[in-house]
Amino acid sequence: MLDFIARRLVAIIPVLTVVAVFVFLMLRLTPGDPAAVIAGDNATSDQIADIREKLGLNEPIWTQFAIWIGNVLQGNFGESFFFKKTVAELIAQRVEPTLALATCTLLFAVSVSVPIGVLAAYRQGSLFDRLVMAFAVMGFSVPGFVIGYCLIYIFAIELGWLPVQGYTRIGVNFGAFLERMVLPSLTLSVGFIALISRITRASVLEVLNEDYIRTARAKGLSNRVVLMRHALRNAAVPILTVIGLGIAILIGGAVVTESVFGLPGLGRLTVEAVLSRDFPTIQTVILMFSVVYVVINLLIDISYTIFDPRIRY
Amino acid sequence: MTVATEDLVDSASIAAASTKRKSLWLVALRNPNVIIGGTILLVMLVIAALAPLLGTVNPTRIDPASRNKKPGTEITMRMDDGTTGKRVAIMGTDSLGRDVYSRVIYGTRVSLAVGVSVAIIAVAIGVVIGLISGYIRWLDGIIMRVMDGLMAIPGILLAIALVSIWRAGLITVVFAIVVPDVPRVVRLVRSIVLTVREEPYVEGAISVGTPTWILMFRHILPNTVAPLIVQGTFLAAAAILVEAALSFLGIGIPPEIPSWGNIMAEGRTLFRVFPHNIFYPAIFLAVTVLAINIMGDGLRDTLDPKMSKKV
Repeated sequence: MLDFIARRLVAIIPVLTVVAVFVFLMLRLTPGDPAAVIAGDNATSDQIADIREKLGLNEPIWTQFAIWIGNVLQGNFGESFFFKKTVAELIAQRVEPTLALATCTLLFAVSVSVPIGVLAAYRQGSLFDRLVMAFAVMGFSVPGFVIGYCLIYIFAIELGWLPVQGYTRIGVNFGAFLERMVLPSLTLSVGFIALISRITRASVLEVLNEDYIRTARAKGLSNRVVLMRHALRNAAVPILTVIGLGIAILIGGAVVTESVFGLPGLGRLTVEAVLSRDFPTIQTVILMFSVVYVVINLLIDISYTIFDPRIRY
Repeated sequence: MTVATEDLVDSASIAAASTKRKSLWLVALRNPNVIIGGTILLVMLVIAALAPLLGTVNPTRIDPASRNKKPGTEITMRMDDGTTGKRVAIMGTDSLGRDVYSRVIYGTRVSLAVGVSVAIIAVAIGVVIGLISGYIRWLDGIIMRVMDGLMAIPGILLAIALVSIWRAGLITVVFAIVVPDVPRVVRLVRSIVLTVREEPYVEGAISVGTPTWILMFRHILPNTVAPLIVQGTFLAAAAILVEAALSFLGIGIPPEIPSWGNIMAEGRTLFRVFPHNIFYPAIFLAVTVLAINIMGDGLRDTLDPKMSKKV
């Protein structure tokens, strides 16, 4: 097991290296002097010279990469000239809404979509099954921001049940925090629910034909036990895989959803950074999200052993 | 959906697809999903092609006198030749007085063009890289590591990163959406090449001295057609959504081009009072993407039967 984890850790090194090289090259690929690009439009020539010195821009490109990666590994992501802060500070400020949104969405989406998928598989061909499949196709086709605005229109403007936009920090007022998380999480969940329920249905369907399911039924076990313990558990691996891959959709969706609901999170920060061409921030956000994505998928790989003891590494 | 479309190709379905290709296309055309999705898509194509004839005015024409009109309002507009005329703005006007109906209709052109060109370019680049990777063994390792690395960056973020490097424009946005799609096509093509190259007829072709490029184009490439059409359909649907999202965020194609995402971006500030700016383009967007996805499901069921069992 430890051996397996070690091997998987080694395997993500080339992947993250490619990501790091891409992120590093981003700035070098933009037309113009990288130091001037970082410093922004209102910089003095002294500031630009200072940045050039710090990044080692007068050195060969390999040295520049070494300096940059060394800084990143020490948690020094540079300075955002647009926001007048270090990028690390900026990210620390903005991480809470995104983390809250992702957690709420993940909890809600998984707890809704897995039962839906199992039930749809169990009642294959029924009206419920067809509704679930129709919803799945719809969920892929309607963009997140449209769903968001529909929800705002219905629940915030017409019915007035929930606030339209904005964010309250979790430590300030928990009730208000939850109130403002409902619509964004629902919005972001739709695509995720579509994805997971579809895969759950498909993998449970496959398992339901197995001999051990018939045996379990023949023993007189209740439908619930057969479905939850025998079928779902054996169907868990593809479901987990898709949840892991779906994190990419979640991250992309967060960028859009945060903009719709005015949440001051990392997704909103990404858009602001692109609009103001704040490269140190864009680079860091992309690097960070990619690392999170890769690490989550690594953890999911490892967790297969828990759900399926036949998998031994 | 695209997530699961990647590696699940087996030689049986490939062989079936290539031996019975003609009849398979006919079967595909009789699939109800293909018919429904294809018909809606055809309607959208007609709308895009006939945009100037559908009672539209210049979608970029700014008219300060009739800003923010609700759908169905009759507005008086001054023509370019100085005469005035009345017309009913059936979808209202935006905050610059532009006719939302005309913008939505013309937006069909932009969205369909983005979807189709992204799918074609991504598939073309992916096929070339995938063939090289599957066939030239020493390059395989390097190429696939790079592809894995690109896939580790969430798609929309990679597109955003590329837009920030290249600055916004219609062509840069198309390529920014293409790049995250390429690794998925490469993996699909490579997996097919790896299976097919072990087939007896390929070994036979090699043994009679067929040059490599003929081998690729005549014996290997045809096997990729059916799965790539399925994949390309889903890529087109996703590309339309990504373009709309980027434009909506203000980092997509330039705001003066009437795309559905741009119309919605314009409608954001006054959404509470004038939701029509967001809802009308949203309906067109959702219907178009839905139609392409439904068609893709139908194509996959008929052209790629192994896949349809998986999802």
